[in-house]
Amino acid sequence: MIRWIKTSAHRHGLYVGAHTLLHVLGSISAVHEMSVCQALLSQVAQIARQRGAGAVDRITVQIGPLSGVDPEQLRRAFEVMRAGGESAAAALVIETAAVEVRCLACGADSETAVNRLVCRACGGYRTRVIAGDELRLRSIELQM
Amino acid sequence: MCQTCGCAITLPPSAETVAAAGVEGSVVDVLQNLLAENDRAAGHNRAHFDDHDVLAINLMSSPGAGKTSLLEATILALESRYRIGVIEGDLETDNDARRIRAHGVPAVQITTGTACHLDAASVHRAMHELPLAELDLLFIENVGNLVCPAGFDLGQHLNVTLLSVTEGDDKPLKYPVIFRASDLVVVSKTDLLEVMDDFDPGRAAAALAGLGQGTPMIQTASRRTPSIAAWLDWIEAQLQMRGRAGVYRRISARNPLVRRRTETGAAQA
Repeated sequence: MIRWIKTSAHRHGLYVGAHTLLHVLGSISAVHEMSVCQALLSQVAQIARQRGAGAVDRITVQIGPLSGVDPEQLRRAFEVMRAGGESAAAALVIETAAVEVRCLACGADSETAVNRLVCRACGGYRTRVIAGDELRLRSIELQM
Repeated sequence: MCQTCGCAITLPPSAETVAAAGVEGSVVDVLQNLLAENDRAAGHNRAHFDDHDVLAINLMSSPGAGKTSLLEATILALESRYRIGVIEGDLETDNDARRIRAHGVPAVQITTGTACHLDAASVHRAMHELPLAELDLLFIENVGNLVCPAGFDLGQHLNVTLLSVTEGDDKPLKYPVIFRASDLVVVSKTDLLEVMDDFDPGRAAAALAGLGQGTPMIQTASRRTPSIAAWLDWIEAQLQMRGRAGVYRRISARNPLVRRRTETGAAQA
């Protein structure tokens, strides 16, 4: 069912527009990626306008596994929602970093699974995430 | 001056002023949090709460984990000592807000329609329908969902996530983002533990500990024979810090969402 909706939404995206799509997708699955995509598009549009660029060639975002945003869902939202704006023809590059934590006990940094954020050096249970929770617009390439 | 509500709270610099980052050819390095606009609005809400000395707690869980029941039991237990307000988020209906209002507590319903989470702007609108100056404690009951609400700062000071014993005890492993962002995890409906014997609170605690935050976990039962003492103690402990300047701000600084904004800001500086 969900697969069908996604395919169907993708196919009809150009006709029904992003708002209707939001309606269709929103009633079926969790798509906060739509909100994130909306925020992304408005940030990009703002910068493009400020710099007098007509269009955007490339958008690079950093989406960590701990950001709570699913890269594929974001890409799907982007494909539909970018229509008609500065980003209509832009390539979306999604960079994702591995999850890394710093141990509050021994100070060691270790790469961990997304749901096991413990120190791999000393087994410490108190850590701070130092990579993998990014949710950032890194750069955009403008058509000047 | 707040552009949206005309109140006298100064806002941090907006997205437009941050965009002046490095340029190389036609490539603009931005390094801006994607939810900067939401986070800015959330910071504004938090400033309102701080100004009125209101402690704001965001309640999250899957649908049906017992958020509203816990709130009802909490209101009954605390209403003689604290002035409580509630913001209810739901996809449809104002049933939950009506349940809360029946206890004589002001409640504003946000009907999100198709949106699967609350955001700072919707909370801002709801907040101005509440008599903030007359409140001690504000509960924001988020839309029942363990995925979407996790990433959106609303301006709350504390995040509480409920995990009912009718769910799997491995939920913290499956939804690490929301559980990591929690200041407290409440295992709810524990009066059903005798029949839901595949839920092991020990396993849930171990899964939560594995998220590296040292997040406390307590148990509650809100209906039939209410047993919410640990929860009330926790709230009291948070409320006791009231009145000490900036304390709530320090509480919220532990929140990964708030930290994310701060660190992104630092990276730009």
